[in-house]
Amino acid sequence: MTVLETAPAGRGARPGRPTVVDRVLAALDTVRDPELDEPVTVLGFVASTAVSCDGVATVHLRLPTYFCAPNFAFLMVADAFDAVSAVPGVSRAEVVLDDHFAAAEINGGVAARAGFVGSFGDQAAAELDDLRADFLRKAVLAGTDRVCRPLLTAGRTPAELAELTLGDLPAAPELDRLRARRAELGLPAGDAAPLLVDPATGAPVEPGALPLHLGRARVTRVSLEANGGVCRGMLRSRYGDVPGRGEVPDDGGTFIPLAVLTADADRETDR
Amino acid sequence: MYEKDGEKYFIVDSHMHYWDATPQNWVAGQEQFAKGWIECFHAYQGLGPAETHWTLEHFEGYTEDDLMKDVFEDGYVDVAVFQPTYLKQWYTQGFNTTERNGALADKHPGKFIVNTRFDPREGDPGFKQLEENVARYGSKGLKLYTAEWFGDSRGWKLSDPEAYRYFDKCQELGIKNVHVHKGPTIWPLDKDAFDVSDVDHAATDYPELNFIVEHVGLPRIEDFCFMATQEPNVYAGLSVVIGGLMHARPKFFAKVMGELLFWVGEDKMTFGSDYGIWEPKWQIEGFVDWDYPSDEFSDYPRLNTAGKKKILGLNAAKLYGIDVPAECQLPAEAGTPAAEDDARLVDDASATV
Repeated sequence: MTVLETAPAGRGARPGRPTVVDRVLAALDTVRDPELDEPVTVLGFVASTAVSCDGVATVHLRLPTYFCAPNFAFLMVADAFDAVSAVPGVSRAEVVLDDHFAAAEINGGVAARAGFVGSFGDQAAAELDDLRADFLRKAVLAGTDRVCRPLLTAGRTPAELAELTLGDLPAAPELDRLRARRAELGLPAGDAAPLLVDPATGAPVEPGALPLHLGRARVTRVSLEANGGVCRGMLRSRYGDVPGRGEVPDDGGTFIPLAVLTADADRETDR
Repeated sequence: MYEKDGEKYFIVDSHMHYWDATPQNWVAGQEQFAKGWIECFHAYQGLGPAETHWTLEHFEGYTEDDLMKDVFEDGYVDVAVFQPTYLKQWYTQGFNTTERNGALADKHPGKFIVNTRFDPREGDPGFKQLEENVARYGSKGLKLYTAEWFGDSRGWKLSDPEAYRYFDKCQELGIKNVHVHKGPTIWPLDKDAFDVSDVDHAATDYPELNFIVEHVGLPRIEDFCFMATQEPNVYAGLSVVIGGLMHARPKFFAKVMGELLFWVGEDKMTFGSDYGIWEPKWQIEGFVDWDYPSDEFSDYPRLNTAGKKKILGLNAAKLYGIDVPAECQLPAEAGTPAAEDDARLVDDASATV
């Protein structure tokens, strides 16, 4: 295959008109690890991207271990295939998962658009929609913590948060992300929607349930971010310091204390 | 025993291995899985300090002498709990069997506790084997690995009816402690393999057994934490948490420790090195020295010397009925380790190993 363009490693500036490879990389930015809720590019999972003269886009994906869960891997390969196939200028997408025990089933199944059951036969009982929804609910909880922490730290009480709607909050990327995940789940995501909702039902969180809800949001975020940390460490152990296309190093996460969650009573007393 | 600043820590390594992953033990036709498995383990070792890394060759087949030196001579461990992992579909003699562990334990009396295992898919022959292992090795504990391949099956759940038959049998045989490990592949593959709800069911239905969830259900810490708050007989096994995060991701380690201390508490957390993935020495030294890295963590529960003593050994000593020298015990005012009122302890509290 004659390679027309290949993407540079890292996320350096790419001045000028976007090339097809740029657009392929941008498309891959929309593909997330369903469990970690981070783009596969940012996590370093995109080993290479190339587009041939006749528009065939070849993307190689890599994962932290040989035994990474095959269902999560399938979702990423399938989503990457769909995203790259839709890029203008791409005539055909080839998405190849490397170095994985189920690579043959996954790569073949995705290329044939066979679905998960079609790819794994008797080993799978259903498609992955329920699994994806489970992860989205976790992403909503984690995203709730990301949006609420700065407010709590600034002195807002949980009871005050429960009164807020999404439209009350200042624009921020984390808020957009939360809205997008809620919308994907079919939960209210407009300006009038409450900030705090049960991720399973979309119902507002009752006052008595606020500390537990915010505690769950925080531990879910810690879990996702710690898992992301382990995955990044394993990926580095496996592939050395060769960065993935579009990889962004993590900073270990920011932290805001729990005190604010249980501070309502104290504050009432202070007043 | 580990001593630091005049404090003496009795160390129980409640989760460690003696495996054979050398190529001559790989099943013909399954080599890629045997190789993939050990390389995956080896990559985990990469999360520890560079000076503790081994070559892959050494990692595949460390020797008895290596183990005794790393764990007991250099590693401060007083008693180590062997946790078997069979994987006979990939490793001819098994990866790390009760027999292999038991043979080493026989040569070093008092050093090891030999846990065994079951796999409900083995049916009645497995029953007999479990009975024999308990009789032969005096096993008071099990290691269950739900993602093990068996024929065409890619895993099982603790809540399966066949598993409950085995739990009934375990109670009859006097087994007390069930260490659970979740792995990435399980049938059916469309479900979340790391889901811990089956542990929740089993822990509710078998209140006389203790369930130690190894690596705290990683990557489902949040689900594990909710479960542990509801089930008095569920414990947090810190294997992988200390080894995989404390050095490589100190900030995440602090957060995860904070969450575990908040939801689960220091009475129900147990140290496990996961040797040979990581040596215990640096983990114990680092954990005794550990504190939250900055004030921003100030609202998580603190972990003081008494709490570290519980986690590093006293909690597991309670679960397994291991005698602890007086100099390593906590003063009365520090409370009892392993939430004695909740834990279902080994009957003979004076049992020696």
